[in-house]
Order: sequence, then structure tokens, then C-alpha cells
Amino acid sequence: MPKTLFEKVWDEHIVATETRDTPAVLYIDLHLIHEVTTPQAFAILRDLDLPVRRPDLTLATMDHSTPTLPGASFKDTRIISASAAQQILQMQKNCAQFGIELLDHDSDDRGIVHIIGPELGITQPGKTIVCGDSHTSTHGAFGALAFGIGTTEVGYVLATQCLLQRKPKTLAINITGKLQPGVSAKDLVLKIINQIGVDGGTGHVIEYRGETVAALSMDARMTICNMSIEAGARAGMMAPDDTTIEYLHGRPRAPSGADWQQAVDRWRSLHSDDEAQFDQETSIDTSDLQPMVTFGTNPGMVIGIDEPVPADNGDASFRKALDYMQLMPGKPLNDTAVDVVFIGSCTNARLSDLQQAAAVLEGRKIADGVQMLVVPGSQSIKRQAEDLGLDRVFRQAGAEWRESGCSMCLGMNGDTVASGKLSISTSNRNFEGRQGIGARTILASPMTAAASAVRGKVSDPREFLQGA
Amino acid sequence: MQPLTSITSRTVVLPTRDIDTDQIIPARFLTATSREGFGEHVFHDLRYLSDGTLDPEFPLNAGSVRDHRILVAGKNFGCGSSREHAPWALLDYGFQAVISTEIADIFRNNSLKSGFLPVVVDPSTHEWLLNNPGAEVRISVADACLELPDGRQVSFPIDAFARHCLVEGVDQLGFLLQQDEAIAAFEERRAWKP
Repeated sequence: MPKTLFEKVWDEHIVATETRDTPAVLYIDLHLIHEVTTPQAFAILRDLDLPVRRPDLTLATMDHSTPTLPGASFKDTRIISASAAQQILQMQKNCAQFGIELLDHDSDDRGIVHIIGPELGITQPGKTIVCGDSHTSTHGAFGALAFGIGTTEVGYVLATQCLLQRKPKTLAINITGKLQPGVSAKDLVLKIINQIGVDGGTGHVIEYRGETVAALSMDARMTICNMSIEAGARAGMMAPDDTTIEYLHGRPRAPSGADWQQAVDRWRSLHSDDEAQFDQETSIDTSDLQPMVTFGTNPGMVIGIDEPVPADNGDASFRKALDYMQLMPGKPLNDTAVDVVFIGSCTNARLSDLQQAAAVLEGRKIADGVQMLVVPGSQSIKRQAEDLGLDRVFRQAGAEWRESGCSMCLGMNGDTVASGKLSISTSNRNFEGRQGIGARTILASPMTAAASAVRGKVSDPREFLQGA
Repeated sequence: MQPLTSITSRTVVLPTRDIDTDQIIPARFLTATSREGFGEHVFHDLRYLSDGTLDPEFPLNAGSVRDHRILVAGKNFGCGSSREHAPWALLDYGFQAVISTEIADIFRNNSLKSGFLPVVVDPSTHEWLLNNPGAEVRISVADACLELPDGRQVSFPIDAFARHCLVEGVDQLGFLLQQDEAIAAFEERRAWKP
């Protein structure tokens, strides 16, 4: 029987089959953990006097409440609050007690949890990967089945390496057309969320397919899978191909030697069969796609950079969003003044994202009165960017160059946007208060964010690239 | 966990759709290491004005609703972050259930594991509940059924296993731990090892 990519990975991990009365028992190959969503999970183990079943399949790092201000060492950086410091200490204690490898503040491999998995090569096609974080969908770009879980489930995976799951439905999104210069994967995924809605993927695993996906780099594919959750999807997946295999080859924790070829042979079978049936299918053509920006308070409220904010349709939630954003229906965002520019997050803090932003900023200055933060996704990306001189481009433009971490994406580590200020951000959520109390957020690509920093107002990056 | 067989309470209505978990409990309150105490911060930035006083217009702040245990919310409630602190905060505040036409996947999952009941109803029942804040509703978990004040019964979907665990007050982890042999056999038999 023909199978989808999702079904192939799902079927391979069934420990006990689903019945009417009980969910399936699904085995987890990689459990990523971070400081914020785990303390109460370790408490479950302590209460029941249980060990971690597979510490060797568990990897920990610090990213969410971790400060990004540069210091001589992390020992002398200021953690935002006593409780955040306590949480970080608790993470160190939990990992030490239960024998889990922790990429701690002083590790060269530390970074945002969804960035380090792929760059270490531990994220691999066909794996089941979970983390107490909704953006775990990122790892689906490799053909892994990867999804976010809550803290109680983190405890279950620590204790049993398994989860209780009902089989989700499948949604194929067929993507055609070539992205134009100045248009990136971020613009594409914002368009997809706009098209299917912030609940369009609820109950489903999305498979992104087609010529456009095949032409994208792994960095770009991760940006798309990362935001699957913003369409409500359980996970997002892409079939592994030459690009995937080339990306993983030689990475420190990828298979090597004789294991490598065996792994590659297995990975080559991980694609949806020609006759496989999806529960739902939709398509999108990207030939005319322009840079996209959000205008409201969820990631589905999206317009093209030249398009006007839609008219008020009388819907109370829509009006509430526009009131919060202090934006007017009928006017494009182009030329709206911005206060803060953030380049970072698990969506857009990989090397190519930084390169795209730097290409716009090279030889230019950010506008007076604009604060710009560039926060690499990992310490490794930070070093690579510095080797390429990108940090100098950012600093000379007037931006701040930080240590890696979640930073301004979620305002719990000291990096926040002040109340009422307008931020253009490469992160994934423009929810009310996400970047700080009363902060107003426009989501955009790294190129759009960089162009907006130069002008001091929401700007189309294509104007900058033409002159380059 | 305490058994949860039925809930009888008046409702509080938050008609906004797509209420995300950042609104239910903002990230800056997530640095605690226990499950308790999040109720103080539930809907914090919606409940409080910028000067720190309660916003009198926010439905939770009406004086008479403090003991109402059932929340009625717009569709796609609980979207966004996977933080389980969201159902913990709602429970800690005193809520026991949320009713909507659609509830986001991870939030629903987390709720069932924490003893907070997610109830999905049809649009016309939802519309009635939105228009009748404070209505007294009875939810039977055992029968997966909601009873409106006029006696109308509305059934709602709930996973059979999750329902069993709620009604019996047992943790789902117990079932998983019983699978130990099957898990060990799976680890042994698989052709490739992660």
C-alpha cells in the first residue's frame, strides 16, 4: 500500500498500535530539552523515583531565558531575574543528576534548540523528534517527524522514551514557481499561513512538496517547517533529497564511515509514494510572490509589502488586532515608522539569514532612532558569521551583535520591545505582548527587516538589491 | 490527579478568537520551577491596565464571576506556544474547562494531561453560549455531554483514553510505564538504532 512520508516515519515508530480505547505508543528517537519547559517534568521523575530511560537519546541546551548580552563569559552576564537564574541552575542540576548531556552556557555548541540539532547533524531524516517547544516542527525539514509537546509529556518521554498519540491527518501543500530576488522562504511561509489560516493545519501533519521546495537550501526549508505550528499544524515535513544529504555529510553527530552509506540508503526511501493519499491537499504558486509582512496580532494576518491593510469587516477580533497594532485599514505598511529591528530566532537566525540581512546593510547605516539587534541562532553560527566579517557589517551599520539565544522573540531573557514601540522582526509570532508588554510586532524576512532598519520605516528590500 | 467526572458552573465569556498561550500566560512568567502559582498571572496583560490596575472591561474582572469555573472562548483557543503553563494557569485560577468551536492541538493535549477539560461544540451551541454569559452549564465528563440551562444536551468529542484517565483520576504515565516490555522489545528489534 502506498504511503506518505509521514506514514512511513510514523509506522516505523509504533511500539503498540492504536485502538479505540488507547492511543498508539510512539517511540521517540531524539528528545531535545531546554531550561523553561522541563523543571516540572524532572519533578515527575523525582516523585516516582524513576530514571531517564535513554539519556543517550536526550540532549539539553539553554536558550529561552538565557541573556544575549556579550560578556567575558556567561558567568558574568546578568540573568534577568532570580527565578530565571534559579531555573538555569535547576537545569544544570537536573542534567547532572540524570546523566543528560547539557550544552551549557560555556559550550561552543550551545544555541537555540532548533538550530543546534540540525547543525550538529543529530537531526536526521526518519527520526521522531520532540521537544517542549512548539517550534520543534523545524526539524521536519529533514524528513523527521518532529513536534512540540507540553511539560507533562516531556516527563513521559524522559521516563519511557515514548508518547501516547492518536494518528494525525495529512495535508499536502504543493508549491510551484521560482522565488524572485528579494523574496525568501519567510515570505513564502507567511503566505501559506495566510492562505490556509492560523488553524488551517489543526490536527494535521503538513508535507511541503514541489519544485520550489526542491530548489530551497536547508536553511530556507527549516524556516518554512518552523512556522508550521503557526498554521496550527502538528508538524511540517519535507522529503529528504541531495540537498539534505549534502547538508548532513560530515556533521559531528551525523552517521559516519560505513554507517553513513547505510543511513543514506534508508533516507532515500523517505518520500511519499506516487499513489499515496493525503487527507487534504492544497497548492500555491510563488512566481508572483512579493515580500510579505504581518499587520495584525497573529501570523495569518499577512499582506504583501505594497498591499493595503484589509478593510474592517466588522469582526471584533480583527478590530481588536488593528487597535492593538495602531494601524489603519486601507493603507499599506510601507513607510510606517519602525522603532526596533530584530534579526534572530529559530525561524531566521541561521547563517544564510544573517548573510541576506548583511547584503542589504553592507555599506549602509541604520536610521537614527532605530534599535537593531542581530542575534545568531547558535555560537557556531556566531563564529562562522564573524569569520565572514558579517559582525563588522552589522556593527558598522549601527546594529548590536549578540550572543546566541531566543532573545527578543519572546521577551523573557532581558531583550524586549518597549510598550507601544513598533518592531519589525524575523521571528515567528506577532502575538500581543510576545516581544514585551504592549510591544507591536510586524513579522518579516531578514531582507525586509534589514531594509526597514536602513530607512527607519517598513521597506521593500528589492529596492536595495537593485542598486547592489 | 483528582477524578473529574462532572463540572457544574456558570460561564465567563471571552469571545475573541485565536487567543494564544502568550495571552493566557505571558512568557515572562514562565521562569517558575513548580506547577503552582501561575493563576495569579493568567491573562495578565488583558486583565491589567498599564498602570497596574484591573481593566474593568475585561470579562474576568466583573465582580460576580470570580467563582465561575467554565470559560467560553472564541475559536482556535490556545494556539501558539506549547507551554503547559497555560492550562496550569487556568486551573490554578479556578477554571476547570474551556468551551469553543476549536481548540489548538498542543493546548488540548496538555489540558487533558493536567486535568483541565477542553470541550469542542458545534457553532450554534457556541453562539448561544457566547450570547449568554453567566449561563449555568453542566458538563458530564463520563458521558461526554454538555447540558444547557434549558435542558438541551450537546455531546462533545473526547478521546476515550483521556476520558478514562480523567474520570478515574489516573495519570496517563501509568499506562506508558506498563508498556516497559514492549518498549524494550521495540528497542531490540528495530533494524536501525538512533
